[in-house]
Amino acid sequence: MALQDKYRELVDAAKASGVNNLQVREQDNVLYIDGEAPNGATKDKLWDVYGKLDPDYRAGDLIMNINVATHVPGAKAKVTTEKSNLNIRKGPGTDQPIVGKAAHHEIVTLVSKMNDQWWLIRTDKGEEGYAYAQYLTVEN
Amino acid sequence: MLLISSLAVFLVVSYTSCKGAKDSDVQASVESALRANPDLSGTVVSVKDGVATISGEVKSDAAKAQAETAAKGVKGVKSVVNNIAVAAPAPDPAPVVISPDETLNRSVTDAIKDYPGVKAEVKDGVVTLTGDIKRSDLQKLMMNLNSLKPKKIENKLTIKS
Repeated sequence: MALQDKYRELVDAAKASGVNNLQVREQDNVLYIDGEAPNGATKDKLWDVYGKLDPDYRAGDLIMNINVATHVPGAKAKVTTEKSNLNIRKGPGTDQPIVGKAAHHEIVTLVSKMNDQWWLIRTDKGEEGYAYAQYLTVEN
Repeated sequence: MLLISSLAVFLVVSYTSCKGAKDSDVQASVESALRANPDLSGTVVSVKDGVATISGEVKSDAAKAQAETAAKGVKGVKSVVNNIAVAAPAPDPAPVVISPDETLNRSVTDAIKDYPGVKAEVKDGVVTLTGDIKRSDLQKLMMNLNSLKPKKIENKLTIKS
């Protein structure tokens, strides 16, 4: 219960900002907060609250798995790497061969989500494969 | 005749109102007896002719029995009808699913690939981070690692500004 008190502000903020399927569970002295945020800004806001309650995420007592609501396949996504190209791979994993590249800030088509980390994308040139989701920003 | 019947009505009214007041006094006493126990906050009582009917909902059989005992202990209560329902206990939430180490190892390797200073070790679901990272990258990395279903994350990274 002490952990729920420590992170109460976070749970309250998640409730207030419309996070769906919110689950708050405590197991072996770690608090697990799962849910689906309506948008990326909400997720960022919750992470800022987390960072405030546990500076630099040092305590090792919270796993916050907040996804952003599943985007419809066919949506366009922008390649948001820092400056480099984004590798497109044959399968979902960095051990998979590279089958193509998407340029920095190129717009690609989201085919499907393999999981939260790996999305299947297609470029306008017709290259298709898996890219790391962190570097893709879905265009609304 | 009119006078007599008026008198009779008056007597009946005053008799019942007197009796009613008594029931309501008893009801108030039972209410305060129930309020004294926080486990009984979901209960209500009504008293008629000295019979206290308690209803509402509590969390356990023990609390239901306590409510009855409390009501019986109030002066003026002749008997108690215990209509309190005991709520079914809330189901335990599903346990947290932790990724197996093999899966975690692969996904953690993917997640830290673009942070050359960061090293990670996975053991029994615990991801231990060592090395160093730029402050501006920390939240991004943690967001990613938190989505991989680890048991916990030990952040021993040195943070560079």
